[in-house]
This record gives sequence, structure tokens and C-alpha cells, in this order.
Amino acid sequence: MSLRFVEGFKFTRIDSPIHRMDPRAKFIVTLGFFATSLMFTNVYVLLIIFLAQAPLIILAKTWRRWSRSMRGGLFLGGFIFVMNFIFGTSLALSIAFTLRFFAIMSAFSFFFMTTSADDLGLALDQIHVPYVVSFTFTTAVRLVPTMALDAQTVVDAQRSRGLELDKGNFLKRIRNYIPILIPLIISAIRRSVELAEALESRAFGANENRTSITTLKLHRSDYAAMAATVLGVVIAIYVYFYLPLPNLIIPFKTPQLF
Amino acid sequence: MNGLIPNFYAGQLNGDLKINDVDVKGKSTAELATHVGFVFQNPENQLFSLSVERDVAFGLENLGIQRELAIERVNWAMEVTGITQLRNKAPYELSGGQQQRAAIAGVLAMRPEIIVLDEPTSFLDPKTAEEILKVISRLNREFGLTTLLVEHRLDTVSAYANRVIVMDKGKIVLDGPPETVYDEPARLIGIGLPKVTTLFHLLKRDGIPVTINPITVTQASEALRRISGN
Amino acid sequence: MISVEHISFHYPGSPDTLHDISLKIDDGEFVAIMGENGAGKTTLVKLFNGLLKPDSGSVFIDNVNSRDKSVAELSRQVGLIFQNPDHQLFAETVGEELRFSLKNFGFKESVIESRVTSLLTALDIEKYVNASPFMLSGGERKRVALASILVWDPKHVVMDEPTIGQDYLQKDRLRNFIIQLISQKKAIIIVTHDTEFVAECNPRVVLMSKGKIIADGPAQSILTDQTVVEEASLVLPQMTQLTRSIPELHAPDNIIDVHAARKFFLQALKEHAETQRE
Repeated sequence: MSLRFVEGFKFTRIDSPIHRMDPRAKFIVTLGFFATSLMFTNVYVLLIIFLAQAPLIILAKTWRRWSRSMRGGLFLGGFIFVMNFIFGTSLALSIAFTLRFFAIMSAFSFFFMTTSADDLGLALDQIHVPYVVSFTFTTAVRLVPTMALDAQTVVDAQRSRGLELDKGNFLKRIRNYIPILIPLIISAIRRSVELAEALESRAFGANENRTSITTLKLHRSDYAAMAATVLGVVIAIYVYFYLPLPNLIIPFKTPQLF
Repeated sequence: MNGLIPNFYAGQLNGDLKINDVDVKGKSTAELATHVGFVFQNPENQLFSLSVERDVAFGLENLGIQRELAIERVNWAMEVTGITQLRNKAPYELSGGQQQRAAIAGVLAMRPEIIVLDEPTSFLDPKTAEEILKVISRLNREFGLTTLLVEHRLDTVSAYANRVIVMDKGKIVLDGPPETVYDEPARLIGIGLPKVTTLFHLLKRDGIPVTINPITVTQASEALRRISGN
Repeated sequence: MISVEHISFHYPGSPDTLHDISLKIDDGEFVAIMGENGAGKTTLVKLFNGLLKPDSGSVFIDNVNSRDKSVAELSRQVGLIFQNPDHQLFAETVGEELRFSLKNFGFKESVIESRVTSLLTALDIEKYVNASPFMLSGGERKRVALASILVWDPKHVVMDEPTIGQDYLQKDRLRNFIIQLISQKKAIIIVTHDTEFVAECNPRVVLMSKGKIIADGPAQSILTDQTVVEEASLVLPQMTQLTRSIPELHAPDNIIDVHAARKFFLQALKEHAETQRE
């Protein structure tokens, strides 16, 4: 369950119009979905917001992974629904909250699946976030697969010495993780020191004005996407304030348990 | 520590660019980076970016080199190390040998006069190790880079080196061309000499009229031919 | 005895890493598994102690199917020493490091103490018993890691790339140590691509390439076969290259180490000198 959920936020290099979009434009689009989801509690509108992302997901060729991660999020979504419903929220509203969760999760999943950490770093650079910040971020992402492999090796090595991670009471199980955590931390520290040495020898921090061989350029399609998003948000605002909407009403309420 | 450094000597070694604690203290590491490039043992920990191209450009970007010049240098460095076709790959998608080439390219792009490599073939299999050594040798022969290699496995490296420095317990004890250095004293220190060299030491002790310390198989076979021919 | 019968294995999301492998290793055998990086060597040995279970086929450790036992149970028989000691060192002292596995396997206190002491002595690290493993040098850490596996006296020992980063003296010491272990009738398996080291040890060699075993036999036959050696991304031992480069001396085709070469050349050159005199 949990692993499928996380997969929906992992970047893969695919050639699609969405992948080629400027990350800044994509982020505006994501924010648009995010903001409009927060605005409404109407089940029909939220459903539209959620489904409106579908064409984008398809265009990005990430349909299968997206649907898998949505399925992975069912647990959390179900949890939100049940918690709301038990504590007295109407059925319709509970459904709305659940839909809102999926709409937001899907929007961010869309962003992260189609934007590489490198591009994100570049975008942050170009909006003048300090280089150290964007570099830390990119390096962290770059190190995730490496450290995951490290972790697996440490677990393997300790299991080969008789460590059994699935036995014992709660306290013992926690203590059993010490032989895993310590080598991992030490490895991480060693790796960081090596990385720092390598950084130094590549003149990291030498010049205040860092250049970049790749720059992000906003194309017409990016402007179009951003314009469409702004339009969508404006329409949403209008609808919110001025249009009466039919809402889903289900005459069913939980008996007062509390 | 029992280390061993074959030193590729190429033309003039500028006096004040010695890799020496005294000089280094006077300048920051960043300043030195354009003069002395370092390639570390583990290729994984010296690749920072999510694409090879960005990684090779990393040092240049840090130095604030102009975009056009930087791109030129990156392309050149990738071509010399033979990784142009890998430019868009991520570091974890590469094999060990490819990673080492990328690391070398990243250092090369900064156009140092001296390049230092710390056991660069440690994690590579023999065939890949030979390929990397060929790349390193090219840096020295074609581009005149003074090349300093720290190595334990002397079998293949010796052929490319024209000077060998042997250290024992923190001091330099031997220094010279490999044919001279790979004599009995080196063996007594416990250095892993090439097998052909050790063979000839033993044959000499057995009374065979050996006159050289061969460092390659070719040298050894020629010497044996000469001995048997007489 | 370790018996591998027609196993295939793949990591999730990847094609087959191991394809239809069959192999038998008897007690007291010394085997070197060699091949290029990515050939599947490490994957194969992880099947020996149950860390990985085969997709198809079976692995039998002393006639017990690896699928029927846990990693801890199998490790008791098969000690696996990983390449990087930093992936397993965690204790406050070297002594604690060695006691770790013995406690896991349920040894009695009295036995634990005596085993720890004997291993520390055997590997020449007794002076470090109360030292922190992290303060030791690379070579010393490797010895601590080695000690921490041998301390429970596994019947079979597997070493993954034991020679990386080791200088000549350390490799020599390792070779002598392996010889000691073999005299104890243990099966010793090393995964390596260090051809010269293997040439000096003269074990049985199993060559792997792209997930398959492409050769299996004595080092003298395998390491001198140019075709398979190249397929496995290895290089012929220097002594083999040398004897091949002087065909007129008619060297036997299976010389791989310095001592055999020395014997041969000594004899050949003396004979040659005699025929010259005649």
C-alpha cells in the first residue's frame, strides 16, 4: 500500500509534452488545482476538478502509475471519509472531503511525476532561491536511490549475522534496529565527507555568480497553460460567489454516538 | 601506509604548483581546482547531478565560466573520455567504468595542469580498469597533463608510468622510472610488483643472467628471448 | 555441501539476473566465482544463505532446501562476509562486534568469551578488543568484519570481493588465512575479479557472465582459456601471457602463477643453454 502511494511522486524520464513543460508553468497549474480544490465543498465541482486532471495525466503518459498511486491512497482517503462520517459530518460532505484529498494528491503527484529534481533545482535557481538550497535539494534526491541500496545492504549484512528483525516483543524489535541504523548513519556521514571533498575539488563556492549551462525558457505552450490555469481559477471564483450550485444531498446521518 | 604512486611526467612541472601541504595552505581549494584536479576512488560519491552533462559542467558552473565556453569544454571533456553518448543519463544508471569516466570528465573540464587519481580502478573489473587507464594515459600523452596516480595494483599501471614514487611509513623511499624502482628493495618493502618483475627477481637469484627489471609482458618475453638466444 | 539446481532469479522490475544456474560445492573446496561487474556473482551468493530465494529451482545447503529455513538458520552454516565492512560495523568495541552474532545465535556465555578471544588472536587484532571499530584503519576493519563472521565457526565461508583496497602484504596474509580455513575442511567461496590473486591461490574457478555460468574447472584450465576469460571481462594472468608470447620455448599451456613459471623457465633456459653448448 504505502510503496505504491510513494511511487506516484517519483520522476521518470518520459518524452511527453507535459514533461517538456517548464516546471514553473507546471507548478502554477498544480497550484491552480490545489487552490480550487480548497475553495469548494461541493461534491460535483470537486469531481470535475479531479477529473479535469485526467487529460493532463494521459498527455503525460503516466496514467498507469498515477492510477496505481491513487489506489495506494485509497487507505488514507477511506480513513478521511470514515473519520469525518463517524464524528457527525454529513455523508455528502464526507464524500466531498475525500474527493478533495484525492484532487490535491493527484495534482501534486502530477507535478512530481513529470518534473525532475534537476529541473526543480533549476527553477528554484531562476527564481533566485539561494543556490545552496536548491543544491541541497537536488543532492538529497540524487542520494535517495544510493542510500536505499546502502540500507538494503546493511540489513542483508546484519541478517547474515543472525539478526532477526521480525521476532521479539515491541521493545526488542526497536533495539534490533540499532545494528541497522548505526552503520547507515556512519555510511551516510562517510559519504557526505567524500562528497564534500569532491565538491571542494570542483571549486564549489568559488564564485558568487554561478553560471548554468542549461536555462529554463518559457515557451508559448507554458504561457498558454498558465493562462488557462488563471482563467480556470477566475471562473472558479465567479462560480463560488455568484452561481448557486446543485449539491449532493443524502438524507443519511450517523446516529449520535458521542 | 604502504602507498605507491606512479607519476606521469609531462614536460615542465611548474615549481609552485607542487601537490604539497605547504603550498596548498596558501591558496583555497577552489583556487587550486583549476590547477589540480582530483578524482577519487569511489565514483559514486563524486557525481552530483542527475545527468552526466550537468555533472561534467558542475565545476565550470561553480567557477562562473560563461555558458558558451562551458558548453564547449563539457563537450570536449566528454569526447576525450568517450562518454558523449551518455550525456543525458543519470549517475545511478551508469556502470562503474562509465561513472569513473564521468568523474574524470568533470575534473578534466576545468582544464587543470595536474590531475590526481586515488585508486581509480579499485572498484572496476580488469577489462574496465584497462580501459580507464587508457583514458588516463591519453590525458597525459595527448594533452600534457601531469598525472599522479595512487595505486596498489601495479600490473597494468606500470606500463603507462614513466616515474614511480614509493612511500613507506609516511616517507618517500624510492623515486624513479619503474625499471629502476622495481628492484629487490621494492619487493622487500612489500609492494605488489608486476608478476613478470617478481619472476625475473627470482630467476636472477637462481643464476639466470637477467639484466633488466621488466615491467610488461612484452619486455619480459623479449628479455627471455635474448637470454635463450645467446 | 552447497548444491544449486537449475535456479533462476530476477530482481523485481528487472529481467533475469540469474538464468538456469546449476552448481555443486563440496566441503573443503576452494572456489573462486569470477566475472564482470553485474554478472550476477553477488546475487548468486546471497542465495546461499537465504537472503534471496530463487524464483525457480532450488538451493540446498547440506541437503536442506533454502526455502525451508530462515536467513538466520542458514547463516549459521554459511557465513557471508560483505565487501564493505562499514556496512556491518556498529558496536562500541571490537569485542562487542564479535559477540553480536554469537548472541544472536544463542551461544552460551562461556563459549562466547572463548570464541571471541581465539578469533581475535587468530587475526592478530587482540589489542583492539576494547577499541572502537570505527577508529581502526581500513585493513583492520576488514579483519574485524572477517572475525565477526568466523567467530561462530560457520561450515562454509563466502567472501565478497575480499581483495579490494588491500595492498600486497594484506592480500598475502589473506591468502594464507584462506589456506588455514581450508585445512579445517570448510568450503571457501570467494567472489572476486582479481585474476592475479586467484592465480596465486589456484582454486576451482567458476566464471560467470550475464547471469550464466560460462566455465567451471581448475584455475589452471579456466584462466588460461582466452575465449571465456574475455567473455567474463577478465584478463589472462601475466604468467600465462608471458608463456604464450614465447611459443618457441614450448611452455605447458596451464601456467598461471609465478612459481610454476619460475620452475619452467629455469628448466627451459638451462636445457636451452645445454643444447647451445652442444
